[in-house]
Amino acid sequence: MTARCVRSLSGSLQLLLRNRFCCVPVDFEVVNVDSTSASEDDINNAIMAIRRNGVALKGNCEKICQWRYNDGNQNISKSRNNLLRTTLDLYANVMHCQSLPGVRTRHRNIDIMIIRENTEGEYSSLEHENVPGVVECLKIITRTKSLRIADYAFKTARERGRTRVTAVHKANIMKLGDGLFLECCKEVASGYPEITFDSMIVDNTTMQLVSRPQQFDVMVMPNLYGNVVSNVCAGLVGGPGLVPGANYGEDYAVFETGTRNTGKSIANSNIANPTAMLLASCLLLDHLKLHAYANMIRRGILSTVTETRLHTADLGGQGSTSEVVQSIMKAVESTGPRTLST
Amino acid sequence: MAAHSAVLSASKIINPFWGGRLGNTVKVFGTTLTSHRNKTLLTGENIPPPAKYGGRHTVTLIPGDGIGPELLNHVREVFRFSCVPVDFEVVHVNSALETEDDINNAITAIRRNGVALKGNIETKHTMAPSVKSRNNLLRTSLDLYANVMHCQSLPGVQTRHKNIDIMIIRENTEGEYSSLEHESVSGVVESLKIITRNNSLRIADYAFRLAREKGRRRVTAVHKANIMKLGDGLFLQCCREVASGYPDITFDSMIVDNTTMQLVSKPQQFDVMVMPNLYGNVVSNVCAGLVGGPGLVPGANYGRDYAVFETATRNTGKSIADRNIANPTAMLLAGCMMLDHLKLYDHASSIRNAVLTTMNENRLQTADIGGQGTTSEVVQSVMRIIQSKGQLTADL
Repeated sequence: MTARCVRSLSGSLQLLLRNRFCCVPVDFEVVNVDSTSASEDDINNAIMAIRRNGVALKGNCEKICQWRYNDGNQNISKSRNNLLRTTLDLYANVMHCQSLPGVRTRHRNIDIMIIRENTEGEYSSLEHENVPGVVECLKIITRTKSLRIADYAFKTARERGRTRVTAVHKANIMKLGDGLFLECCKEVASGYPEITFDSMIVDNTTMQLVSRPQQFDVMVMPNLYGNVVSNVCAGLVGGPGLVPGANYGEDYAVFETGTRNTGKSIANSNIANPTAMLLASCLLLDHLKLHAYANMIRRGILSTVTETRLHTADLGGQGSTSEVVQSIMKAVESTGPRTLST
Repeated sequence: MAAHSAVLSASKIINPFWGGRLGNTVKVFGTTLTSHRNKTLLTGENIPPPAKYGGRHTVTLIPGDGIGPELLNHVREVFRFSCVPVDFEVVHVNSALETEDDINNAITAIRRNGVALKGNIETKHTMAPSVKSRNNLLRTSLDLYANVMHCQSLPGVQTRHKNIDIMIIRENTEGEYSSLEHESVSGVVESLKIITRNNSLRIADYAFRLAREKGRRRVTAVHKANIMKLGDGLFLQCCREVASGYPDITFDSMIVDNTTMQLVSKPQQFDVMVMPNLYGNVVSNVCAGLVGGPGLVPGANYGRDYAVFETATRNTGKSIADRNIANPTAMLLAGCMMLDHLKLYDHASSIRNAVLTTMNENRLQTADIGGQGTTSEVVQSVMRIIQSKGQLTADL
């Protein structure tokens, strides 16, 4: 199991995480990726480690943005996270947004599963400037990948007993690109007659999400819309500190927080919300088929989240990260028979 | 960040949304007499569009599809009732045809008149990809580079968020909407997103000028430059350059995913937002959803020479067409914005007041905002209020 500690919020969370897993049969191999270095060695080491282990838990790697787009040699450092996802072909990003009982939000009863294509689309990092002052960014949509993600979405929907899949697109403007995506979704949908399939344009989707999010069940979409829609949904259920995310590929799986925030402004001040990262680790345990441990920790987390006095600042409370983690550990200790036997 | 009191005072309702200070930014040439348009005219000049005959303006009206024709008829009804000196030249655009004659006629009409009011023209997915979106064609041919949408919480409308006052300025001609796509290898489609320095500088300039005119204090650029480093990086750089010329206005930037998340949790933090085309589409729809839905917010598309007004979220609304349940507010407010543009401020304020009074005080609301009223009831109420309050109708 690979865990990447990067210089940010998740570093401290990772440490807490490792402390807690004392009785879970998982060893962590820590790989540090320094986001400030220009070379790609760090990230290549990380990728190799993940290939070796098959599963990873990661924090977000800050992307160094170079605004100087025309400095002659066009020295653009690629986004490390993106590099990781494309190299390992983690084609499906799954985020399950659920209203949590103890968290007060403006909308209730939200239960949306967002499946986002993770490797192509607008994130191809293919840009060029043929004429000075005119930049062309390529958005790539391929048939194979669209079929693959649609298939993944319908399979997941079937496994979880979901009844409706909505494809989010902008095919009225990007007729070929999103048109192809939509067509692939329709093809796959025909093989799953028990699941209703419909489609919605992304602008209408975001508007519906802020007024009536309860109408959505499973949503499948290309990369950029997935980014926006998942952030809207995370905001609706209570913020970036609550939702875990998972990236699945054929052979590998990487777990992280749903909205991939670095959270530099709150790093190392013991106020970050550990829920998302802890729930991500539960997803990881489920993936490793250690369901009992996963449920134990998840129950502990949910009981803590229901207690408002232990909410961290992002949920409107005054608790600190360590208090929340202590409470979760206590809850796990009190409810779990396993900790006593091992 | 502008701080607003929870209840809009009566004076705020009476002042038109634009504060009567829109003039400088757009010049409109109403006729083709000045055929060699003087491209060096500075924005400081405030030339009202010349009226053609007897002080009456001619405006192109494009009914569009879905609820467009119905709502625009109501707008015409209200204008006629209030004796507004505007004549409408109606141009139909049939979205089912593949030829571009219809839309070209519409564009010629807008060039002739300078101003238009339009409903949304449907873009059917089932037609061949070579059939371009008519709305897009209109915007790019007339170079309507700025789409402006002002989202304000209205007192009579129940929403989950209060005190929202966001102005969204969206680049309207390039970005992801360039309609440049190709399939070089079968099964692999490349869509081009174009960002140019000129257009980015232009929209940033428009945003800051508008912010200054309206007394706004903060402009936020929305981008995704961590992924699209060259493209959105260029946009961001242009915004920064322009910002340096406006030291009284704070400039900051935010990535689009964080922006949407902040919008659903704390929308009151935003003041003016400027962004490329696609993010503008998403963000403006989120904001419209936050203030009460697509039936409430009007939008305007400004170019150097032309202006086209429509509903902000450009919905066709086919499922509610011709059932007398659509919300006419957005279209009526768009009509008021058009009147402000034509410098017919009195008419604009009287109609605007009537629309807001109907919604806020009389609580006559349509189904989309949770009421039970029909479109015609709302329009009747608007006309009644205009009749009772307006001296103008008696003077004429």
